[in-house]
Amino acid sequence: MSGLSVLALTGAGLIGLGIYGLLAHAQLLRRVIGFNLVGSGLFLFFGAAGAREMPVDPIPQALIITGIVVAFAASALAVALITALARATGRATLPEESERS
Amino acid sequence: MTLALDLGLDLAFGALILATALAAVAGQGLFRAVVFFITYGLLLALVWARLGAYDVALAEGVIGAGLTGVLLLMAQGRLRRADALADPPARGKLAAALAGASVTAALVWAWFTLPLPQRIDLDAPMAASGVENPVTAVLLNFRAWDTLLESIVLLAALVGLWMLARDAEWRAPLGPGFHARAGGVLSVFGRLLPPVGLIYGVWLVWAGADQTGGAFQGGTVLAAVILVAMMAGLARAPRVGAPAWHAALAFGPGVFLLAGIAMIAVGGGFLTLPPEFAKPVTVTIEAALTLSIAVTLALLVVGPPEQQNGGGT
Amino acid sequence: MPEGLADIATIVLTGIGLVFFLAGTVGLIRFPDVFSRLHALTKADNLGLGFIVLGAGFQADDWTQLAKLGLIWALALLAAGTVAQLVARAALRQEGRE
Repeated sequence: MSGLSVLALTGAGLIGLGIYGLLAHAQLLRRVIGFNLVGSGLFLFFGAAGAREMPVDPIPQALIITGIVVAFAASALAVALITALARATGRATLPEESERS
Repeated sequence: MTLALDLGLDLAFGALILATALAAVAGQGLFRAVVFFITYGLLLALVWARLGAYDVALAEGVIGAGLTGVLLLMAQGRLRRADALADPPARGKLAAALAGASVTAALVWAWFTLPLPQRIDLDAPMAASGVENPVTAVLLNFRAWDTLLESIVLLAALVGLWMLARDAEWRAPLGPGFHARAGGVLSVFGRLLPPVGLIYGVWLVWAGADQTGGAFQGGTVLAAVILVAMMAGLARAPRVGAPAWHAALAFGPGVFLLAGIAMIAVGGGFLTLPPEFAKPVTVTIEAALTLSIAVTLALLVVGPPEQQNGGGT
Repeated sequence: MPEGLADIATIVLTGIGLVFFLAGTVGLIRFPDVFSRLHALTKADNLGLGFIVLGAGFQADDWTQLAKLGLIWALALLAAGTVAQLVARAALRQEGRE
């Protein structure tokens, strides 16, 4: 196995970890972290795919930079939503199914 | 260096990255999770450098680890003040783990089976782009539409974030209010760092035409300078509606849009750069975009207007 | 394989730097409270980084690369010192409250 494959599989593993964090945690800030792991894992997988031939393909690189910036903007909006929820209700978790009425 | 050593280094990086990511997902305590996430981002930046993607390495380091880290740390502080740090144990672990593992397995399968895609030959368009760094050429010339819309997405995110302010706080300065002791270490740091950061940020944009760097990386360094200056008490956080700040926010997308339209007049199409104008137009758009990226990113971290509550940062 | 004095100097200096990093990390894990951990981390790591910068300096092609390496060390020192002070003050405040 090549070093490139190691990094691509690391990316695949990060996406799995991120999905786990996104689904399993009730604390919303942890979900933002999970979302960011999915994003950066995907970028690593994509970037490794673009590096299979030398020189490294610039098009994936440009798309990944765009993706990193947009992921940050989405995170900032998510964090603001979570803070607003916490200030309004005193908690940063979504209500359980049974609590909804 | 031998190939075996390279593989060993990649294995070590992969293991470290997965371990820090695991600690960020499953570790105890929100604060610890955030700190591990920042460490993870820095390791990832090193891996991007190993892949030869230096522009991405810089972007991941400054945005993925740096700005996102500050954002999450400030969010943790805000949740602490709102007494909302409760972190219930993970539920439905098995189902979530299965979902994650199956996506990972599908990607592993894809990596080893899918064929190499046809590569787009950039040699001819690069010669007509007027710049040497292919990533800059893709971002500001070949796929300029993407980047124009991206700069507008950033602006939309900021507007959406401001909409979350409470009515009573709409006139308050942005952010939680920063407190630095006059003459303390932070205010000294805030005076020493901005000049260096300013030079470095502008240099990254300038060098980005031909080497590693560009508007996003340079703009983020400048955003960090703005944030440090605010945290050190050197600059006040603006209010919503401060005209100079609004102008700075709209300047980049505005120049981008006007340059795109101007290209129709000189015989290209919308955002299609004729070779004889490519270099000056690219550099102009980048310079304008840098200012707006810096201000937008800094204000995204600072957050919506908020009544000062005397809490530290 | 190392060739010439410059490479040997790089290997030796970087090795010394790594030893300092290792010591700092051991201190971070083993020391009992925030203040002694900070002490271990900032002192050992700043010195370690200094040795690594010196080691890398022997591979520089011209003086501009040396200047950049020096700038990196100076900035890291400045940031580490500032952050250590801030962390220590936050820890003091928390102890006072609890």
